[in-house]
Amino acid sequence: MLLREGEVRIPSGCAVSAILNVKGRCINGEAITQSIACMRERSNGLGGGFAAYGIYPEFKDHYAFHLLCETEQGRLDAEELLRQNFLIDRSEPIPTRKVIGIENPPAVWRYFARVRPEKAVGCSSTAEGNLVTSVVMKINKHCDRAYVASSGKNMGVFKGVGFPEDIAAFYRLEEYEGYLWTAHGRFPTNTPGWWGGAHPLGLLDWSVVHNGEISSYGANKRYLEMFRYRLELQTDTEVVAYLFDLLHRRHDLPLELVCRVLAAPFWKDIDRMPEPQRRLYTALRQVYGSALLNGPFSIIVAHGKGLIGLNDRIKLRPLVYARKGDFVLMGSEESALRRIFGEPDEVRAVWGGEPVIVELEGGSAQ
Amino acid sequence: MGCELRNRVEAVEPYRIDAQGMHHRQLNETIRAALSAGYREIILDNVNGQRYIGAGISTPAYIEINGVPGNDLAVFMNGPTIRVHGNGQDGIANTMNSGTVIVDGSAGDVLGYGMRGGRLFVRGDVGYRVGIHMKEYREQVPVLVVGGRAGAFCGEYMAGGVLVVLGLDRLPGQPLTGDYLATGMHGGVIYLRGRVAEHLLGKEVQMFDLNDQDWKLLGGLLDEFGNYFGVDAAELKKDQYTKLLPVSHRPYGRLYVS
Repeated sequence: MLLREGEVRIPSGCAVSAILNVKGRCINGEAITQSIACMRERSNGLGGGFAAYGIYPEFKDHYAFHLLCETEQGRLDAEELLRQNFLIDRSEPIPTRKVIGIENPPAVWRYFARVRPEKAVGCSSTAEGNLVTSVVMKINKHCDRAYVASSGKNMGVFKGVGFPEDIAAFYRLEEYEGYLWTAHGRFPTNTPGWWGGAHPLGLLDWSVVHNGEISSYGANKRYLEMFRYRLELQTDTEVVAYLFDLLHRRHDLPLELVCRVLAAPFWKDIDRMPEPQRRLYTALRQVYGSALLNGPFSIIVAHGKGLIGLNDRIKLRPLVYARKGDFVLMGSEESALRRIFGEPDEVRAVWGGEPVIVELEGGSAQ
Repeated sequence: MGCELRNRVEAVEPYRIDAQGMHHRQLNETIRAALSAGYREIILDNVNGQRYIGAGISTPAYIEINGVPGNDLAVFMNGPTIRVHGNGQDGIANTMNSGTVIVDGSAGDVLGYGMRGGRLFVRGDVGYRVGIHMKEYREQVPVLVVGGRAGAFCGEYMAGGVLVVLGLDRLPGQPLTGDYLATGMHGGVIYLRGRVAEHLLGKEVQMFDLNDQDWKLLGGLLDEFGNYFGVDAAELKKDQYTKLLPVSHRPYGRLYVS
């Protein structure tokens, strides 16, 4: 029997890993599973998860809602909330298998849904995104122990409590084909290890895996609440997903600048910048001071069109980048990237505060 | 395997281990068993991410690693020589006491953390906080030589030992080290090939020219570096070097006093 944390010393930190095929070519979930399993030492069995993009080509224009429901009533309430705003074209349990090491899983369910025509306010994509966001927040807050794992198009988050390779087996990830995969092995420190709080944290097309801790969580949370985000998942990484949504989707900041807000250059470095740049970065820090992420982190953010790797400014967590042919890889350890395709064409450490932004060639997978 | 190994004494041929898919515990147990059986040269093939290789080993031995060893390579190691044909990860030579580690490629963060003796040579670039809190006592003086460039906080809180950054193979515009170089340093010495911009330097150190004694020490290390990696040490010696020394042995001595 697995000894509980505290009964055994587990020297670890979280693990993150990601694979993107920049040409949009799909591979199944085995490669990312091997990569994250290579870093098993960094997890302690209290959380594992994956985000996969390109997996629902038959429903690529539908929002795919992945739900974790601890009670049937919660699931029914969540479904009702979805029906009020969306036409649900398919609803089904996410296929799983029994796995030793995955205990008491909640009901995992997915809905493929289109916004109801009468709800498509002004037809703008921003308004539609806001509608999805508000429904996700309502489910997380009001439906009895039902939580939205992901809510994007042609993507899904598969996560839970367990080692990541066991979570992959549980969700049968070898049966999915995606052009972009991220993975997380969790070693929760400040917050409970539970299904909803496992990584990736997802909203719309965004998904975030994170090694570290966001010490500024309280400040970031209060800031996000002013924009009607509700933080219900009891884990600091939730703020990162919502900050990307707010700053990029709603405020139109380029991804590079979003990263420069979250891991802002120090004032001493801004003072040394040439003039137009100095004014830009001063303005960013002044306007978005409450979006600054403090504390140690390495994060990988995925969205439908690419991948972002980012470290805290003084790099208190590891992150390695590698490239092999059409594949871009990122992860906590170089060995985890080599585990996938062997000797890479290029491999290097990502530096503190340096955004690594990789996009699909041609801008999308289709 | 145990039986076979137990009967060998002072074997002359190397003991070869295929580490493919092996958990670090099994790998390290196998290494220790081979050493107990009298093997003094061990070759590890297909290493990929296994941690703690060489941890706490006090037996004289030569361990050759083909692949990328995991974190904390040579942690607490006391005597052996490890040669890595590949890149290293984080925490190499953590609290190492004696011995030598040679890495042909690049390596990660916090190399030589609290290192108390022995030598670490890396041919390529290294990550953040390299040489953090290295320390020395009398004849126990750790040495860490970086062939490429180093990330930020290089030599942070360094209390002793010798740290060298050569900055070879840099692209134009790439600095020798990152920011906060030698922040909190209060012992030991850092040698840089070339200079760094003042603003990268921690408040606790100053740049100096090298004296004859420095050249004697550094020259020996450059020769050793050249031997390991096939680099012409004579060429390296023609370059300008800078020495960093702490301006105080107790930079935080008065921090909590008044």
